[in-house]
Amino acid sequence: MELLRIAEKTFESRLFTGTGKFSSNSVMEAALLASGTELVTVALRRVDVDGALLRKQTGAAKAGHQDEMLRHLRHPSFNLLPNTSGVRNAREAIYAAQLAREALGTHWLKLEIHPDPRYLMPDAVETLNAARELVRDDFVVLPYVHADPVLCKQLEEVGCAAVMPLGSPIGSNRGLQSRAFLEIIIEQAGIPVIVDAGIGRPSDAALALEMGADAVLVNTAIAVAHDPVRMADAFRLAVMAGRLAYESGVPAERLHAEASSPLTAFLDA
Amino acid sequence: MPTTALPRTQPAITSFEQTFNDWAWEDATALIHSRTAADVERALQNPTRDLRDFAALISPAAAPYLERMAALANQATLRRFGRVIQLYAPLYLSNECQNICTYCGFSMDNALERKTLNPAEILRETEVLKAMGYEHVLLVTGEANRSVGMPYFEQAFNLLRPHFSQLSLEVQPLEEQDYRRLTELGLHSVLVYQETYRQETYKVHHPKGRKSSFAYRLDTPDRLGRAGVHKIGLGVLIGLEDWRSDSFFTAMHLRYLSRTYWRTKYSISFPRLRPHAGGLQPTSIMSDRELVQLITAYRLLDPDVELSLSTRETERFRDNVIPLGVTTFSAGSKTNPGGYACAEESLEQFEISDERSPAEVAAVIRKSGYQPVWKDWDRGYVG
Repeated sequence: MELLRIAEKTFESRLFTGTGKFSSNSVMEAALLASGTELVTVALRRVDVDGALLRKQTGAAKAGHQDEMLRHLRHPSFNLLPNTSGVRNAREAIYAAQLAREALGTHWLKLEIHPDPRYLMPDAVETLNAARELVRDDFVVLPYVHADPVLCKQLEEVGCAAVMPLGSPIGSNRGLQSRAFLEIIIEQAGIPVIVDAGIGRPSDAALALEMGADAVLVNTAIAVAHDPVRMADAFRLAVMAGRLAYESGVPAERLHAEASSPLTAFLDA
Repeated sequence: MPTTALPRTQPAITSFEQTFNDWAWEDATALIHSRTAADVERALQNPTRDLRDFAALISPAAAPYLERMAALANQATLRRFGRVIQLYAPLYLSNECQNICTYCGFSMDNALERKTLNPAEILRETEVLKAMGYEHVLLVTGEANRSVGMPYFEQAFNLLRPHFSQLSLEVQPLEEQDYRRLTELGLHSVLVYQETYRQETYKVHHPKGRKSSFAYRLDTPDRLGRAGVHKIGLGVLIGLEDWRSDSFFTAMHLRYLSRTYWRTKYSISFPRLRPHAGGLQPTSIMSDRELVQLITAYRLLDPDVELSLSTRETERFRDNVIPLGVTTFSAGSKTNPGGYACAEESLEQFEISDERSPAEVAAVIRKSGYQPVWKDWDRGYVG
């Protein structure tokens, strides 16, 4: 299968994952390893920033609870993708991004700005403003947005490395409700499209990849499954199957059989 | 710095009082008690639920449906919050108070040594809380506006902000500009319990002091919403009045607020007044079964609201409600100013039932298949 390239990195796995909602850090680690993921997003607000900075500066690990999550994510195959979940505007997002770069030592960023804490709906205006600033500041920006084709082109123009449109409300497990718009985004995109949010089943993930999405990001469906490790494996297989199907050429859907050509048959007569 | 392209639109100023005045206490009580099994069935089947559904779920008619309510609440909580329980500790800064409240240990008419922590004492408490692993703290005081007013709070926030990731407040109601100012200094959430939504009963239990104004307290969450505080905590003191009707009004308040201030998060607490010697006797006693009914009903009404359970509840009850919709626990709490650093346990606001250490409670959470979360905010996030 083709490798996925985003900014300076290439990925074999097209399954990106989150780290929230797991019953423990060890279950999270086992599930992420089973998923084969190479890009793992971490909410900055869950990270022990002071501890991470201290370790960076002095090499000493601070004893504490929070440090534990990062310890479970230290695998050569995992690239960390800090996210700004919790911020409400561009100003807070930029601050959080700088803190994340400092604490976690990566300039990759999943930009999430949701002023609405209920459905976590992304704010298009603030996201575009923040993306423009962060790209200027040399961040690799992956913005979480509505499945809005115009916004996705604008984000591409300001220099984002990929776009992450939602399939349905985050955590809802409702699948690709925004399918018609995702198809337009995928068709128009000059940068990778990662379908984020709402993917509840492996079949949703397979569908996204079949449609030509470059990757998917899955968290809730794995974290709250009865057996997160096996569910992670199911998503790994589904994403591979979807991509393989896409690369092989998925046959187009047809509503009617095309048995004869009554309108043009006279040309052959 | 980016330039925000559009000015933020300012909605018209509204107040919960308008919605609240549409309902007489007796009408709410009658609605709840007229709910039937068919209403409960309908409420359980609806994918989204309204206040009438909530009335059915907290009604006596829902009692036989408790197991089903618990299963649905468990699923809804897993979807939204996952297998995690957040931990916080209360940090009592002062027990000075100029209110008389019939149920509270800090009431002005109680002969009690009064204490307000100075900066050095606050830092000593901080040290103990940090050693326990806490990153989220709830600052608590009585109401003594002269000695424990805005200058005191500003000083406390400046002192505490470098040490904690999230600072919340449970103090006397303040003005909108005060909440704005404290948000700049790192305030995340404010808890302001109405105690009871029945005005006549409220007057009986709050005869003296600024807290005796029902209307000013009722308007406080609106001021918090306008000030842009990140999270607002609501609740009543269960036992002052019929818990079903009081919870119905709490839910109505929650609904109004979450539609009006949609950028804000909300949490609900359900402290139960316990019968104890010499103290106020509850007029209505809520059983454990009924508290589970209420917790699951809140979760089914609102999949996103945080539900918080304090150390007032027993170990056994707390351990068993972890999967039922609760999202937030306190642990190892001391409810007297200076209680963490000094061993003496006098001057308490209320008695603790669950006296286990934070580490022990965290171990129980893990044993239940949930992850204890100590940090879910960063002090850098200021609106």
